[in-house]
Amino acid sequence: MAAFTIERDGDLLTVAVDGQLVVGNRGEFKQLVFDELEAGARRVLIDFSSTGYIDSSGLGALVSLGKRIREQGGTMRLAGLNDDLRTLFELTRLDTLFQLFESRADALAGF
Amino acid sequence: MGSSRLEWCVASDVSEIDPIVAAVTSACVAAGFPDKACRLNVPVALTEAMANAIIRGNGGEVSRSVRVCARIDDETLCVDVTDEGAGFDADAARAMCLDPEWIDREDGRGVFLMYALMDKVETWCDQGHTVRLVLRRS
Repeated sequence: MAAFTIERDGDLLTVAVDGQLVVGNRGEFKQLVFDELEAGARRVLIDFSSTGYIDSSGLGALVSLGKRIREQGGTMRLAGLNDDLRTLFELTRLDTLFQLFESRADALAGF
Repeated sequence: MGSSRLEWCVASDVSEIDPIVAAVTSACVAAGFPDKACRLNVPVALTEAMANAIIRGNGGEVSRSVRVCARIDDETLCVDVTDEGAGFDADAARAMCLDPEWIDREDGRGVFLMYALMDKVETWCDQGHTVRLVLRRS
């Protein structure tokens, strides 16, 4: 399904999603980020450069995380979405809700 | 090339989704469906239909089953996903995703994505509730 690789650097959390972000693993994904928020993460970068597809549950998990992060005074950026993933964000208009960046390096610039 | 038919009857457990999605997607690859359809349209729409059947239709009760029947030929993929529930208002479910107030909600995008990613979606109730996903090869 997917493996989540996390990196912490101060209050910066980077999560790479390798595989699919779908109904079967969205709970694990959310909990992983919630735990890091509890531990002080405030800048959150989700890297989708190795992600196959995302279903509505995965998109919903991102919405939920974005709200929680904002409530805690933090910021979330999404990076590395291929054309397929961008299609999903555009169809659901979530491209207007999130900050999307071409690459991890682009997202980290000025973050 | 001829046609192929794949069938499953599984418990209402989301862990059942991935293997079926992978098998149907592989059959579409073998049948020559476009790359994007195999990477995006088929796996996402079928994941949505199965998740909806398991979580909404069957209420997540593992004892209730979900049947999946996929038929693939030179022209078309047709997948029926049947649960034991009473069905839902597909038009209302599609529309709510486009409500500006909805964008900050976690749920409610699955039915919309099924319709957006397939050429045709049909639903009916007859000994359970069925969602039919149809995608033409070109």
